Amino acid sequence: MSTVEHSIATTNVSAFDVNKIRGDFPALHQEIHGHPLIYLDTGATAQKPQAVIDALSHFYAHDYANVHRAVHTLGERATQAYEGAREKMRKFIHAASTREIVFVRGTTEAINLVAQSFARPALRAGDEIILTQMEHHSNIVPWQLVCEQTGAVLRVVPVNDDGELVIEELEKLISPRTRLLTLVHLSNALGTINPVRRIIAAAHAANVPVLLDGAQAAPHLGVDVQDLDCDFYAFSGHKLYGPSGIGVLYAKETLLDAMPPYHGGGEMIRYVSFDKTEYNELPYKFEAGTPNIAGAVGLGAAIDYLTGVGIAEIAAYESDLLHYATKAAGGIPGLRLIGTARDKASILSFELEGVHPHDIGTILDRQGIAVRAGHHCAMPIMRRFGVPATTRASFGMYNTRTEIDALISGIQKAKELFR
Amino acid sequence: MSDLRDLYEEVILDHNRSPRNFQKKPQGANRHAYGFNPLCGDEFTVHLVVEDGIVKDVGFEGAGCAISTASASMMTQAIKGKTEEEVHALFRKVHDLLIHDGHGEPPDIGKLRVLAGVHAYPNRVKCATLAWHTLNAALENTQHETVTTE
Repeated sequence: MSTVEHSIATTNVSAFDVNKIRGDFPALHQEIHGHPLIYLDTGATAQKPQAVIDALSHFYAHDYANVHRAVHTLGERATQAYEGAREKMRKFIHAASTREIVFVRGTTEAINLVAQSFARPALRAGDEIILTQMEHHSNIVPWQLVCEQTGAVLRVVPVNDDGELVIEELEKLISPRTRLLTLVHLSNALGTINPVRRIIAAAHAANVPVLLDGAQAAPHLGVDVQDLDCDFYAFSGHKLYGPSGIGVLYAKETLLDAMPPYHGGGEMIRYVSFDKTEYNELPYKFEAGTPNIAGAVGLGAAIDYLTGVGIAEIAAYESDLLHYATKAAGGIPGLRLIGTARDKASILSFELEGVHPHDIGTILDRQGIAVRAGHHCAMPIMRRFGVPATTRASFGMYNTRTEIDALISGIQKAKELFR
Repeated sequence: MSDLRDLYEEVILDHNRSPRNFQKKPQGANRHAYGFNPLCGDEFTVHLVVEDGIVKDVGFEGAGCAISTASASMMTQAIKGKTEEEVHALFRKVHDLLIHDGHGEPPDIGKLRVLAGVHAYPNRVKCATLAWHTLNAALENTQHETVTTE
């Protein structure tokens, strides 16, 4: 756990003004099938505060131009806004330098970048990459591709019945052939917070670099990459209450320096001739082409918003919501939670005897309640728990206990209908 | 909740609770296909005994939501004893019913008309059609890969 989490216990949950926050999110104030919208799918993507919507609109209306090349005023404003967002991001995750903040499309692209630019050139047949049974497909498939390309093999860390990693097994899997350990920080399917500091220490003791998939963790836990000492950290803007199509790869500067570019094109070069091309400095070496300029600006606004509310306060508030929901769901006969780890955040995944998740999803939707029903892009962990799918309610800073009461009563209605 | 009853009619709930011809691979089954909906993970295998162009027997296995399970169950009842031609025609009618645009009369398909409620839930149409696409593939018997609803 990061240091941010340690301060949670001292935070006063009641001081958190959820009504004020809800007022900042216009999408929440609408009716669905005659009921007020209850949005419990923030794990898939978060709704956007007005500040983010306004930042995008203002940027396009006043400051838009391409970045890093124009001498004109708009070009300068756009560059400042784009690089300003990078600095906000650096501060948000406590990176040492903006040279370590690469803007990408999202978590998926960040992981693919590491697979192709870091792992692929180094991997030889028989080398090993360790990942876990609870990974999202985006932290499985890029490694399968690179294994096909190099003859490397995957080693999978098992998960226990509570949805926790079996750390002893993980430690046993680290071998002289291990080239990388990649795992999720906070599981999207189970809600498990993995003990990443201990895992990183074990990996580093064997000189194995570690990638963390922080798509869920970044908005809910707070991240300090230097404190964690992770080598790579990948996450998406849209789950951080920012725009879709923008995300971040954090990587230690020494690693980025040694890596070849992921994409070739404009922006990522310093000098081009047909004999030789010199690459641009970090992080531009990894940002070929015109980037998602407005996306980065919007993400910067999202970080301002998150920081204004306070990530520790958000974490504490959501933790209270999850405890409340877990207790209430436990009182429903026939409901089985999938993912009962000691350390959890923001995700309530369950199955209900006799009612398929897809049917629960439809029945809840008719009551205005948005949840996710399916395999959550994590089929291997669904198989581990012997279910084809689960229903998942996931919480954000704008959810309330009243909404959880509505969820519980909605689940009861599904049971009645299927009785 | 009342509009939910249009989707989850008693007949559908009943077929979901006790699917007909379920967990059954009939003796002499000579046509098979596996269908999968990657969106939700629903999967069914359909087994057919086809003799002299007639579906003599049918069974299905797998797991899915109430809509896909009930649709599969009702399908097995509807096609038993029918010729391949008749089954193809029925498939087209069910398909038309589910994507029926509201203009003109919906097709007449007897008991299967309870599936019409799915029409109001566009993201559930694929649940209702999964077994039927799988049936089609089994009849064609040309399947080398998984049938999907995508």
